Amino acid sequence: MAMTKKIPDTIKGANTFCPGCGHGVVVRLIAEALEELGHADDAICAVAVGCSCLVNVALGIDKIGCPHGRASACAAGIKRVRPGNLVFSYQGDGDSLSIGLAETVYSAQRNEKFTQIIVNNGVFGMTGGQASPCTLIGQKTTTTVDGRSVNMSGVPLDIMKMFGQIESVAYLARGSVHDAQNILNTKRYIKKAFEAQMAGAGFSCVEILSPCPTNWHMEPVDSMERIAGVVSAYYPIGEIVTGGGLNA
Amino acid sequence: MKQLMKGNHALAEAAIRAGCRFFAGYPITPQSEILEYFSWRMPEAGGSFAQTSSEIEGINQVLGAAAAGQRAITSSSGPGFTLKQEGISYMQSLEVPAVIVDVMRYGIGLGDIFYGQGDYFQATKGGGHGGYLLPVYAPSSVQENADLVALAFDTAEKYRSPVIVLSDAAIGQMCGSVELPEMKEFDIDRFEWALKGRDRHYPQGRTLTDRMYYDFGYDEYDKHERDRYDAMKENEQLWEEVQAEDAEVILVSYGISSRICKEAVKAARAEGLRLGLIRAITVWPFPTKAFQKYNGKASAYMTVEMSQMGQMAEDAFIAAHCQTPVYSMPTGRDVADSEDIIANVKDILAGRKEAF
Ligand SMILES: Cc1ncc(C[n+]2csc(CCOP(=O)(O)OP(=O)(O)O)c2C)c(N)n1
Ligand code: SF4
Repeated sequence: MAMTKKIPDTIKGANTFCPGCGHGVVVRLIAEALEELGHADDAICAVAVGCSCLVNVALGIDKIGCPHGRASACAAGIKRVRPGNLVFSYQGDGDSLSIGLAETVYSAQRNEKFTQIIVNNGVFGMTGGQASPCTLIGQKTTTTVDGRSVNMSGVPLDIMKMFGQIESVAYLARGSVHDAQNILNTKRYIKKAFEAQMAGAGFSCVEILSPCPTNWHMEPVDSMERIAGVVSAYYPIGEIVTGGGLNA
Repeated sequence: MKQLMKGNHALAEAAIRAGCRFFAGYPITPQSEILEYFSWRMPEAGGSFAQTSSEIEGINQVLGAAAAGQRAITSSSGPGFTLKQEGISYMQSLEVPAVIVDVMRYGIGLGDIFYGQGDYFQATKGGGHGGYLLPVYAPSSVQENADLVALAFDTAEKYRSPVIVLSDAAIGQMCGSVELPEMKEFDIDRFEWALKGRDRHYPQGRTLTDRMYYDFGYDEYDKHERDRYDAMKENEQLWEEVQAEDAEVILVSYGISSRICKEAVKAARAEGLRLGLIRAITVWPFPTKAFQKYNGKASAYMTVEMSQMGQMAEDAFIAAHCQTPVYSMPTGRDVADSEDIIANVKDILAGRKEAF
């Protein structure tokens, strides 16, 4: 049987992320999920500041460029006035968990009914590889030149644990893009999050472990191995809450 | 039908009647009654209300809702108004129309909950980064709290710009008789540019972001911005004049202070002193057209405002074009007193007061 390569029509063309970057894979998974769920025409994305901005040239759906850290607040505002649309934020870990932590946690706490996509690469990619809240202990960045220490910066932030304490959230999962199986699983998580949203169940979030070869100063393949090793050891992959929220 | 209402409540009810169906904000005195009123009234009118975790979250929810085509509003005061500035700058860069209310209180830092007019610079000079401008309406009565918030939405949509209503604690807290506007409803899909999902106008989806990136050539953007602000300056100036035509000295004021100036004009005229008033209704664009009529004709302008040093005085100075001297009477945390105003005017005429 002949194989056909199917590209969702919401993929605008070649993306502009660095070679080996995980963002490109995540964007593709979102595009496929939207197409398969029949939501390509009503989807609205609140785009964060960071390498996430490059979604503007990658994804052919309605999008808004939000202030740094505020994409989840914008998404909540959009969803509140257009409850029939599929609304999601697309944010890096710096955007969502450093400057935008309040907007992130309170969107979940207030049960805002959109989906938050967090691409966690453990660094501030766009600004040149400074430490983020998710930088691992011992990891060298331009602002932790001897490696992150617990003494100076505490332990890496685990948003799934924080969200997990909020009983009203509808769906939570942590995926990864470091190998084919995890890519497929991550797509399933994204679809389930979108479905929970469209069922009106409540807040949903998928955090995705993603490589930044440029600022990790690693080859793409080595970056994938790093996620398979130390990154996923600290940030366990899998579904955290399913069927929660108002369906529970 | 006229009814008796508190200024803050009249503003909130008028916004609903102007078709506003989204509010997000955070408590701060003397603005909280607006938030409280919307908390029950917005859902009753079929809209959405959010008490957010901060003013930052509030303005950004409003940014999202307004970008999706809804008439949306937020309100705050002093420190909270400061937190909204980043969002306002973004609204102007995306050209998203929304209304932001600042019920001014006194002072810098935490300041005090009493009335003041110290946010003039922040409101009229582009309080966030990058050097933008935006229309700012300054109500001076309960009726104007209602009228100007409704007008603010129309102006916001006309220019795709955020618009500020610069009220103050006195206007917000006072009770007055008000004729509310008729109830309006708007189709959320009425704007082609607003987020709604890709369609035939935007087969690749809308990219509603800083308009400088994709919508204008490198050489076009600055001019585009200048043209927008020039059009606002040309078309949107609003002011009221009180016996300015034959005045020797013209008071220049706005909001709560201008109410006292009206009294002062009356009292001065009773003494045979030819005093007049230009009351700015838009503090940006500043009503320079009013000044053009009296520059070189009146012998002095005197600004009356509640701030530590004159703020509006600077705009009056520019508008006077060095053709008529400008004097400043900043009254700090006290509302001006009619007798004081007249005493200052007499000092000007006797050459005893220093020009601004
Ligand atoms: C208020 C504000 N502070 C700082 C910045 C600069 N800035 C742009 S992107 C970014 C961090 C992005 O990191 P992250 O969210 O992890 O996304 P990534 O680029 O790694 O995908 C920062 C600090 C900004 N744009 N706005
Ligand atoms: S800097 Fe990192 S996160 Fe940004 S595009 Fe390049 S690889 Fe991706």
